[in-house]
Amino acid sequence: MHPAPSVIVFTTLSGLGFGLLLFLGLGYPDVTGWVAFVFFAIAYALAVGGLMASTFHLGHPERAMKAFTQWRSSWLSREGWCAVIALLVMAPYGAGLVFLDTSYTALGLIGALFSLLTVFTTSMIYTQLKTIPRWNMKLTPAMFLSFSIAGGALLAGQVDAAMILLAIAALVQLAYWKQGDSAFANSGTDMGTATGLGSRGKVRAFEPPHTGTNYLLREFVHVVGRKHAAKLRVISFTLAFVLPILILLLSPHHFGALIAVLSHLAGIATSRWLFFAQAEHVVGLYYGKR
Amino acid sequence: MTQLPQSTDRKMGLVIDLDTCVGCHACVISCKGWNTENYGAPLSDQDAYGSDPSGTFLNRVHSFEVQPEQGHAQLVHFPKSCLHCEDAPCVTVCPTGASYKRVEDGIVLVNESDCIGCGLCAWSCPYGARELDVTEGVMKKCTLCVDRIYNENLEEVDRVPSCVRTCPAGARHFGDLGDPNSEVSKLVDERGGMDLMPEMGTKPVNKYLPPRPKDTIEEQIDILAPLLAPVAEEPQGFMGWLDKALDKLPGGNA
Ligand code: SF4
Ligand code: SF4
Ligand code: SF4
Repeated sequence: MHPAPSVIVFTTLSGLGFGLLLFLGLGYPDVTGWVAFVFFAIAYALAVGGLMASTFHLGHPERAMKAFTQWRSSWLSREGWCAVIALLVMAPYGAGLVFLDTSYTALGLIGALFSLLTVFTTSMIYTQLKTIPRWNMKLTPAMFLSFSIAGGALLAGQVDAAMILLAIAALVQLAYWKQGDSAFANSGTDMGTATGLGSRGKVRAFEPPHTGTNYLLREFVHVVGRKHAAKLRVISFTLAFVLPILILLLSPHHFGALIAVLSHLAGIATSRWLFFAQAEHVVGLYYGKR
Repeated sequence: MTQLPQSTDRKMGLVIDLDTCVGCHACVISCKGWNTENYGAPLSDQDAYGSDPSGTFLNRVHSFEVQPEQGHAQLVHFPKSCLHCEDAPCVTVCPTGASYKRVEDGIVLVNESDCIGCGLCAWSCPYGARELDVTEGVMKKCTLCVDRIYNENLEEVDRVPSCVRTCPAGARHFGDLGDPNSEVSKLVDERGGMDLMPEMGTKPVNKYLPPRPKDTIEEQIDILAPLLAPVAEEPQGFMGWLDKALDKLPGGNA
């Protein structure tokens, strides 16, 4: 899949933002007044900034409101609803903490739930696609959720929880990569089933339908970046999990935490780039490509 | 509404004969010609006359080579357009309701004025049947020529999809695949029509007829062969001398 920057920015930032909202909704850290304001401002900037970025790749962003209509069948529509509900519910909860020094616990819990649901629905947009075996796995939502929760804990300054959650997210990441690498082969789809000619012999793409490129090749067949995948995995894993855990262990004060957050952010963005760049769409088979 | 209908009254679709398709791409051109000036936004091209041309097409013809265990490889030309799936994932993923499947004939269409161009439907289609138009920012796909097949302004013979009408080899057939007695259904039964990627669970309406087995050249007994065997491989005697002598002359060689 083409790793569109807008979608990578969106899923990375909003994942972190909703992760932080989750912790704020649960009352961690237990802050009020100006400190609470800063926490909520960061969370909203990440979550809303991410959502805005996601509209950049639309052909008609001015019609984005229409995307709220089909929640009965569409995960993308459900994501929109969960995000809006989470942000709307968290606003009065945050205002209570910042201005009135009061915690509307029930609102916080509802907001936390919908923050989590937003991340889950985002992950389901990818997970539901049978056409991309590397995404069509139970580990995909597990990965999105574990990243978001660990990142949220890190941003919320929950040092002990963050170390454990980062370790869990790291394990999920490794499992995702391991299972993902064999997902296409295990899906049972190959040029034989794509053409229906597999029972007659070995099928080879002889001539493509067009000499130039097209939307399908641009969007679904991204082979260029894949050759660095192994190196990028090491970089991403180190930045997202290993460094932040080490920093938290060695110097869990403010400046250390800031470095840990930035490192985590860069690592998750790299992992997300790989999530797209390495995903092979079955339509590539018609071109003899992955 | 992007929930799929429980069932459709008819299942209009195409039957594509991989045996007779000659790979001429006439259907590609006629599809583009008809659809760029009729239903919905035109099918744009980018850099059409430059070094890196690309554009939106609703129908494309691939060519594959099949190498059996024994014998010669076979070339198969392979037209591909939307298969108007019964369980169309492209419809259910659409957040806006722009993609829908019609109850009356099962045709899968995009309402372009509702489409936000998110591309998710194209991601969900295993067959690459949807292309986002770069100029218009909306999703384009085969309409089964919905603006021809019921069009009373056209001669009756023209009330079929443009690609079907154009194909010089008669490799594309149009009809109701929900009716077991229709011509297309009979063709599918006779020739063992098949689904593409059945494991995707999309239940395509369009069917593909597999290429017929190739002729094999049998061992032939040639009764004239003994009589026609050459008598002398090399010229001998006077003719042999003449042959060699002529070879030695400048300019002559055998
Ligand atoms: S072929 Fe693709 S675009 Fe057409 S109905 Fe099936 S899934 Fe949808
Ligand atoms: S590109 Fe248009 S038709 Fe396709 S899913 Fe998005 S809104 Fe629906
Ligand atoms: S039915 Fe019409 S729109 Fe579909 S491939 Fe044929 S000519 Fe193109």
